[in-house]
Amino acid sequence: MPIPMRLKELIRLIRSCKTAAEERTAVNKECALIRTTFKEEDNEFRCRNVAKLLYIHMLGYPAHFGQLECLKLIASNRFMDKRIGYLGAMLLLDERQDVHILITNSLKNDMNNSTQFIVGLALCTLGSICSPEMSRDLANEVEKLLKSANAYIKKKAALCATRMVRKVPELSEIFIPVTRSLLNEKNHGVLLTAVALITEICTVKPDTMPHFRRWTPQLIRLLKNLIMAGYAPDHDVSGISDPFLQIRILNLLRILGKEDQECSEAMNDILAQVATNTESSHNAGNAVLYQTVQCIMDIKAESGLRVLAVNIMGRFLLNSDKNIRYVALKTLQKTISIDHTAVQRHRNTIIDCLKDHDISIRKRAMELSFALINESNVKTMIKELLDFLNRADSEFKPFATLRIFQAAIKYAPDKKWQLDTILQMLKAGGSYVNDEVVASSIHAVSESRDLHAYITQQLYFAMYADISKQPLAQVAIWCLGEYGDLLISGTVEEGSHKIDEDGVLDLLQSVLNDTVTSFITRAFTLNALMKLSTRFPKAAGRIKEVVARYTNSLDLELQQRSVEYSALFKSYDTLRPGLLERMPRIGKNDGTEAPVSADATTSGQANDLLDLLGDDIPSMQPTQPQNNRGNALLDLLGSSSNEDSVVQPVAAMPPEIPPLNIYDKNGLRIDFNFEKATINPDNTVQMTLNATNSTAFPFTDFVFQAAVPRSFQLQILAPSGAVVPPNNSGSITQVLKVSNPNKQNIRMRVKLSFNMNGNTIQDQGEINNFPAECN
Amino acid sequence: MIKFILLVNKDGQSRLSRYYHNILGEERENLERETIQKCLPRSKKECSFLEYQNMMLIYRRYMSLFFIVGVDSDENELSILELIQNLVETFDRYFNDVSELDITMNVEKAYMILDEMILNGHIIETSKNRILAPIYATENN
Repeated sequence: MPIPMRLKELIRLIRSCKTAAEERTAVNKECALIRTTFKEEDNEFRCRNVAKLLYIHMLGYPAHFGQLECLKLIASNRFMDKRIGYLGAMLLLDERQDVHILITNSLKNDMNNSTQFIVGLALCTLGSICSPEMSRDLANEVEKLLKSANAYIKKKAALCATRMVRKVPELSEIFIPVTRSLLNEKNHGVLLTAVALITEICTVKPDTMPHFRRWTPQLIRLLKNLIMAGYAPDHDVSGISDPFLQIRILNLLRILGKEDQECSEAMNDILAQVATNTESSHNAGNAVLYQTVQCIMDIKAESGLRVLAVNIMGRFLLNSDKNIRYVALKTLQKTISIDHTAVQRHRNTIIDCLKDHDISIRKRAMELSFALINESNVKTMIKELLDFLNRADSEFKPFATLRIFQAAIKYAPDKKWQLDTILQMLKAGGSYVNDEVVASSIHAVSESRDLHAYITQQLYFAMYADISKQPLAQVAIWCLGEYGDLLISGTVEEGSHKIDEDGVLDLLQSVLNDTVTSFITRAFTLNALMKLSTRFPKAAGRIKEVVARYTNSLDLELQQRSVEYSALFKSYDTLRPGLLERMPRIGKNDGTEAPVSADATTSGQANDLLDLLGDDIPSMQPTQPQNNRGNALLDLLGSSSNEDSVVQPVAAMPPEIPPLNIYDKNGLRIDFNFEKATINPDNTVQMTLNATNSTAFPFTDFVFQAAVPRSFQLQILAPSGAVVPPNNSGSITQVLKVSNPNKQNIRMRVKLSFNMNGNTIQDQGEINNFPAECN
Repeated sequence: MIKFILLVNKDGQSRLSRYYHNILGEERENLERETIQKCLPRSKKECSFLEYQNMMLIYRRYMSLFFIVGVDSDENELSILELIQNLVETFDRYFNDVSELDITMNVEKAYMILDEMILNGHIIETSKNRILAPIYATENN
């Protein structure tokens, strides 16, 4: 058996391979040699072989056969062996393998070793791969080591404890007492890891936070010493002493101060100090400032401090370094919900960022810009954003078109501007506009009565230029169908050619003939053509012929429509004008009501239709909306399509959520009424609390408190009053807003107290049965 | 928390890879490949932060090596840039003007230095003296 080569030689060998195949051969050969050597139980060269195996593993080749060898190395007495063994364990093993349990014993022995480096190795490995079982077994050992005098061991033990706490949160009880003394250390490494441990405990077990809040003064003092201290050569980075430790402490302060007023107040001074004293000429300083701003934003800071933070972010925005700008945009996005006006001041800079080269910056700037739109700046913002949309990457377009549309609906100063914006959005968005927006656009158009002619004209010219964009085509075709007669009779803009009936029909036909057109658009076109058959009576023959062509279409929807429309031409011609009259205003239905009404008319329609086909003509109401008829036909023939759902307006109406009675005791009854916007980035539900009193005595000093789990955010507005009048003669209302970004089941703990006839009554409970539509 | 550290040269070959969360085999290869594909073509003018799945990738190029660090979304990005700088300076001190070749040929030493700096995804020590002291001490064993 030849002496196995050293790792260096192997690396050189692999580097000299010219092709991937050559490399594979060399690696496989070496692996075979290594495997043979392992079988021979050779102690001398095992270390070398495992080292080579680790290198091979890093390159991406399988190396699991070395796992047991690592164990043998760990058990050996030589330091070098142990070292490679532990490194191998860290790289090759993880919790999911069963083998790792076998090293528990070796770890325990090594942690009690007299050499600090061996202890260090064991702790390092334990901290990287320990599983819940191992954590439970060895937690006490680690806690013992945390108390050792050696700083080297202490810091490793602290991080080891961090992992254990994350795996098994209950173990934090073992470590909490030790952390107190750790904070008194001078060694920065120990401090760094101690703060990390405390942060981890606070994250996995939030109920320990009150305990740690008592140490806030100590943390603040630590931070202060860091800032005030002069030059410390060991930990200095471009003039800032130990920025890493500063950032860690700031992070912990942020977590501790998040919900707590008292804690936040204590921090105000030090935060102001850090913010003003830190030099921002180098990245290290900026990193500390960034963390400080994050801290200020998350805790209950006073307004002066917040203004300071936003100003720092504003300065960051103007920095030439891209990274700093990105970080600023990211933070401002979080700030905007808290302090809208402060961010508005930087609007212009943010709009400039929309034009940046870097895609990450553009994305953040876009999200931030949409959040900044309000009534006063909507025109300028939308102009910039439409410009951005024209140039934007395709991954941004769906989001951008949706938000532009929402902003146009919500803040439009006048109808004409709104429709113009929608048109531009449709043109720029291309095929990335989603169906809900198409439906809502149609709704918006139908709402603005006096602008029908104008907008149809615009849409006509837009489509004339380009028929390939489906969303634009769909909206345009619908409008042409509905308002085609207005188009012909209306006035035409200067410079554009006159529109006549044939022109419109030509356009629609070209849509049908184009291969790019989707089935949905064709369906739209057929409908539009039918409507035009009554609006353009002279062209009825031509339309009839075009519609008839689709009786053999492969798409079931088109075929069905075509056959029915042809039937309409043939046998029921007299009905046509009545059926195809101008549609009434599309009512703003909510999601739950619409299907009910559609079903009712559907069944009525279906019956009528059956009667029709049976040569019996009952009287039909002339103002039946045509889309319901479509629905009836669909149900009759058993196929379903998206047409009806496409025409449902969306984006502004909340779905109906049934109210919930949460409390009914002692004469006090509390109901929640819900309201939820369908498109809402934070998924916020607004609950209106209604408290009534059926007893003969008034309830005074009525106080309602609520709390939600950490994954939600709750905002409680002021109640309408503090007295619930007796005998159900009135009520107190109060608005609560819960944002549920993770779409989990909302849970809430409530506590109420009031005074009835001199007795103070208190109660509390938990509400878990919120309707599913809230989530 | 740091999820992984990757040192890649500009041809896409990994020189050092360390993962601080459970990921093995094919997943790891995919992660490495996609990360490299995203970071390598970026130009100097572009920002050093990239969003990838639920992580943030922070990278920096030093001569022919890319240092890519993947972190959780709640980590301070600028401090990770400082960390990368610190790592490079530490390597520099140990290897005396480090180059890609140094790291390639002395992979196991590089791992050990890295382990003295970062444990389980958290920074454990930032002072170069303290990081290198155990390495020097055990070398004489």
